[in-house]
Amino acid sequence: MSTASHTTDHATDHDHDHGPARGLSRWLLTTNHKDIGTLYLLFSLLMFFIGGAMALVIRAELFQPGLQIVDPYFFNQMTTLHALVMIFGAVMPAFVGLANWLLPMMVGAPDMALPRMNNWSFWIMPFAFTLLLSTLFMPGGGPAGGWTLYPPLVLQTGSAFPFVILAIHMMGASSIMGAINIIATILNLRAPGMTLMKMPLFVWTWLITAFLLIAVMPVLAGTVTMLLTDKFFGTSFFSAAGGGDPVMFQHIFWFFGHPEVYIMILPAFGVISQIIPTFARKPLFGYASMVYATASIAFLSFIVWAHHMFTVGMPLAGELFFMYATMLIAVPTGVKVFNWVSTMWRGAMTFETPMLFAIAFVILFTIGGFSGLMLAIAPADFQYQDTYFVVAHFHYVLVPGAVFSIMAAAYYWLPKWTGHMYNEKLGKLHFWLSVIGVNVLFFPQHFLGLAGMPRRIPDYALQFTEFNMVSTVGAFLFGFSQLFFLYNVIQTIRGGAKATDQVWEGAEGLEWTLSSPPPYHTFTTAPEIK
Amino acid sequence: MVETREAGLAAANRRMVRRLLLVTAAMFGFGFALVPLYDVLCQVTGLNGKTSGRVAVVEPMKVDESRTVTVEFVASLNLGAPWEFAPQVTRMQVHPGQFYQTHFWAKNLTNQPMTGQAIPSISPGLAASHFQKIECFCFNHQRFQAGEGRQMPVTFRIDPELPPDVRTVTLSYTFFQN
Repeated sequence: MSTASHTTDHATDHDHDHGPARGLSRWLLTTNHKDIGTLYLLFSLLMFFIGGAMALVIRAELFQPGLQIVDPYFFNQMTTLHALVMIFGAVMPAFVGLANWLLPMMVGAPDMALPRMNNWSFWIMPFAFTLLLSTLFMPGGGPAGGWTLYPPLVLQTGSAFPFVILAIHMMGASSIMGAINIIATILNLRAPGMTLMKMPLFVWTWLITAFLLIAVMPVLAGTVTMLLTDKFFGTSFFSAAGGGDPVMFQHIFWFFGHPEVYIMILPAFGVISQIIPTFARKPLFGYASMVYATASIAFLSFIVWAHHMFTVGMPLAGELFFMYATMLIAVPTGVKVFNWVSTMWRGAMTFETPMLFAIAFVILFTIGGFSGLMLAIAPADFQYQDTYFVVAHFHYVLVPGAVFSIMAAAYYWLPKWTGHMYNEKLGKLHFWLSVIGVNVLFFPQHFLGLAGMPRRIPDYALQFTEFNMVSTVGAFLFGFSQLFFLYNVIQTIRGGAKATDQVWEGAEGLEWTLSSPPPYHTFTTAPEIK
Repeated sequence: MVETREAGLAAANRRMVRRLLLVTAAMFGFGFALVPLYDVLCQVTGLNGKTSGRVAVVEPMKVDESRTVTVEFVASLNLGAPWEFAPQVTRMQVHPGQFYQTHFWAKNLTNQPMTGQAIPSISPGLAASHFQKIECFCFNHQRFQAGEGRQMPVTFRIDPELPPDVRTVTLSYTFFQN
């Protein structure tokens, strides 16, 4: 990228050189938060297209009833890997990339607190995903039991099994190291005067997300380790024959799994809370309540896990507890949506691409939240469990939710990172195609689910044909319109109209006081916060 | 001045990393601690249909002649397991408090000796703590010679404290090969 411009400020001279190293070693050995942020973002973009290609295989097969394109076993590998790649390869690294680029600039720190570990936590990722994707070519194929890895089914995976587990361990280690780095940066490296309650909301949401990560990623690591020992070392954590219990896997997995959901959405809340005030030209409404709402959501995420498994046969008291606890999450989430809308209320709004994505996020994420409330109703969930309604729900919160916020963030900060304005016309085209595509893709899946179409099947009954066809058309529209995004990003990196330092008229925060692009080393002397 | 500030920062970072790694290790341990916690919770509350794997303490109980509960017996095998496994009767009418005995038939279909173990489960789950077994083939590994088949007994009683809305209790065994 174009961060090659050297700083001429030699006031605080150190032993290491000021500009980036040349060639490949710059990227392999870098400890610079901006370089590592770029690496994370590009890696995540690559995974987004790989995971997206898998989704298109799934949707192409589902265009018509019957088996046309792939055999059912490969179909199951696609659904499993699509989820693993998108969750651990696209969404999470994208947010870590944003954190790397932005947190030091937002809190006035020269770099992340632990730059060497930062390098390590990124470079684990390509190895983890090479391992994961290579399982497709192994005897017995890749994992096909669903990303939730439920035993005993997942234990039937062929040679791929230990590779999948190791890949998950590596992703977990990377996430934990990233989280430790983020917490250390936020708590130790804030510029003098930057109190916790003056931090930008993106910093706050990431601080809380990082705590969630170090709380639950080790639990996932433990769970998959148990799977591994069950398969190869004769333990029986989840095998009824040896006194274990497969239902216990679901409990432990979802103890990780539900906070994981918020790991993927809290940073999105942070991004949206940065963007909306900029384009509404008003400060964020209810800053403190936003912080408390984020913390409450994070706390509640630990006590709602069993709503993913209402049908395993829980006592009534359990069903009721998890149902009400789940519904309680709607309160802090409602506070957030209310605050975003209130921020826009009577603002002098303009609708550049980041703002369009942010507004679409607020509306479409809320739809996903409402279908989540429907799923939270335990008696109704018995009907919805494992249907396309669930698929529609979590794709509404993850695609026009998390992914749209990442798109919004990319458009919003790209001029800052590269020093060039992106092509606004192309950005808007990308937005409108995406927002239409995503709704055509996922909205009919609500109806399919309510009508009883099960998820994770390559074939379906004839009456589901029309909605599946519509959904597939939407999928291809959405998928291919992402090429506009790719083109736009590449063009912006290569050149374009010069961006000003502030970039957006209403933008506030330390990162906008730096030049565009910022010098390779920023805030080597801490800024003064008023 | 700058030096000491940086040294202080490095120490603060190290402290922070140590603490956070400790949290990570603790949460890794917590994942494993959930296993016994889960079992304890299931045993205490009788959730999940897990009956205790031991002989019930026999205390005389008043037989409730006025109430009849249907006990259903289910035997299952995992796909492809080389056994025959079936209950002698599929249902019984019982009075709470009274002992009953029934048998399950199992046969080794291979030409080698094999050992199996039956794992019980009760449905509805909350009935599990009211289902007492004083003799059961599920307490032990069962060894079968090549081609051997035999009846295996289970003696049980339903506790009269079984919630009144439970009219049918299903006892299900899955036979696993050791």
